[in-house]
Amino acid sequence: MSKKIVVLGEVRDGALRNVSFEAIAAAKQIADGGEVVGALIGDQVTSLANELIAYGADRVIVVEHPHLKTYTPDGFSQALLAIVDQEKPDGIVLGHTSLGKDLSPKVASRLQAGLVSDVTEIEGAGDDAVFIRPIYSGKAFEKVKVKDGIIFVTVRPNNIAPLEKDASRTGDVASLTVDIQNLRTIIKEVIRNASTGVDLSEAKVVVSGGRGMKSAEGFKILQELADVLGGAVGASRGACDAGYCDYSLQIGQTGKVVTPDLYIAVGISGAIQHLAGMSNSKVIVAINKDPEANIFKVADYGIVGDLFEVIPLLIEECKALKVNS
Amino acid sequence: MNIFVLMKRTFDTEEKISIQNGEIQEDGAEFIINPYDEYAIEEAIQVRDAHGGKVTVISIGDDETEKQLRTSLAMGADEAVLINVEDDVDELDHTGAAHILAEYLKDKEPDLILAGNVAIDGGSGQTGPRVADLLNINYVTTITKLEIDGTNVKIVRDVEGDSEIIETSLPLLVTAQQGLNEPRYPSLPGIMKAKKKPLEELELDDLDIDEDDVETKIETVEVYLPPVKSAGRILQGELPDQVKELVNLLHTEAKVI
Repeated sequence: MSKKIVVLGEVRDGALRNVSFEAIAAAKQIADGGEVVGALIGDQVTSLANELIAYGADRVIVVEHPHLKTYTPDGFSQALLAIVDQEKPDGIVLGHTSLGKDLSPKVASRLQAGLVSDVTEIEGAGDDAVFIRPIYSGKAFEKVKVKDGIIFVTVRPNNIAPLEKDASRTGDVASLTVDIQNLRTIIKEVIRNASTGVDLSEAKVVVSGGRGMKSAEGFKILQELADVLGGAVGASRGACDAGYCDYSLQIGQTGKVVTPDLYIAVGISGAIQHLAGMSNSKVIVAINKDPEANIFKVADYGIVGDLFEVIPLLIEECKALKVNS
Repeated sequence: MNIFVLMKRTFDTEEKISIQNGEIQEDGAEFIINPYDEYAIEEAIQVRDAHGGKVTVISIGDDETEKQLRTSLAMGADEAVLINVEDDVDELDHTGAAHILAEYLKDKEPDLILAGNVAIDGGSGQTGPRVADLLNINYVTTITKLEIDGTNVKIVRDVEGDSEIIETSLPLLVTAQQGLNEPRYPSLPGIMKAKKKPLEELELDDLDIDEDDVETKIETVEVYLPPVKSAGRILQGELPDQVKELVNLLHTEAKVI
């Protein structure tokens, strides 16, 4: 049976995040020929509606309010619940991002709905949709179905392919007025720690360093490599504990789980806690001077050698490739 | 201050995982306090030490869960509550778990509830915010710093690497992110003391919860292990040639750059 699915278009720094386009693709599959309704929540976000439509949304509902300029669970849940109340959808899809993780349980609780979070793949469509999600820090997977009620899903960035953008698609863009009130959280300030604009969890390329980087200074060459490849920098727990970089970069059982197209592990031994955070990456490269390092067991390609020799060479080769292609 | 911690006993995911009859094999595996819940327990103890009050650690589980609750008490929590569901339910999802916890907490007048931001086994991260919603109190997830002054609360929240500086007030539920603190190990005197600290055991009946109230909304169809990856290629030759080959392979064979 075809379904109506609401997808939240997540806005960051004035632009839609890629995961929202992936969420639309997921919603299309769940909708099974039904309707995908984009939801935009924020302050002055209407201009982004057409991009949601270009990526597959059939129409878009916009809730704008000065109190929605920054995300708060109270503000955004009021807005999303108002959209759900108006549309009575069969399902909701959000990105499994910081915002999605924070917002979805509250909205699910309000709707007395189950929530399938961190989905990496969907099999089947409509009522037969089966959701695949990693468990046990990515060391196993489970397939789950929604038994009854609304199909509420968050999708992990970088796993479900978005539909091709079609700027010629058209759809209705309507605004919905919601009285946003009683915000119990005030965001005083946002401090940007991430040194580039590429978000670690959404990055197609992650260059990650371990204790082998030897210093905070050593980490800088990883940033240079990441910049050349349009990627983000990550780290092992060892590197974070040693003070070479911020804990916000940590990948592993505690820390972030990433699934980029390319993961380059530099000077990382490959402790099992670290592997839990990256082993499902599509292609893994390991660079380590110890040929016995555990990381080589999960790597597709390995170079045994001094990383301080290898990385500068790698930066040059990647630059050369960019120039030539 | 009346402080509660939501704790989950989890499979240590550093263990090798195997599947038999469609289920993860738990026999002989190591079980631990969910690592993110350890941060929550540590923070609760620090808040109590600074502001006075009582720390109660709650866990939904079975007889085995007593071990992790005793560890929490040995770390310095004052009381523990085990909601033993072993005889009542086979499977519990987040809707059910949050319902049980909220039913327990609803007349306890909590000032502060702490939980881990995610459990490393199920990896869903829903229970904390759901409990806050059911109790109609505010919540802040993935916090890395907590300062309390009277009923005013100042928080640093990790948002994908960026830090949000947040002001809010008690009562409040927060979920811990790594970096919040360094959880202590239980001391020997702590372990001795923990044996005498109160550990209350409840069942769903005691909370007037019917099994139907906690029926799952999500059904697990299958559990499986990812395909085993074959060993990769260690490149050979002079380093500059290896690097050239690597870039070529990533470009033409793997097609990721």
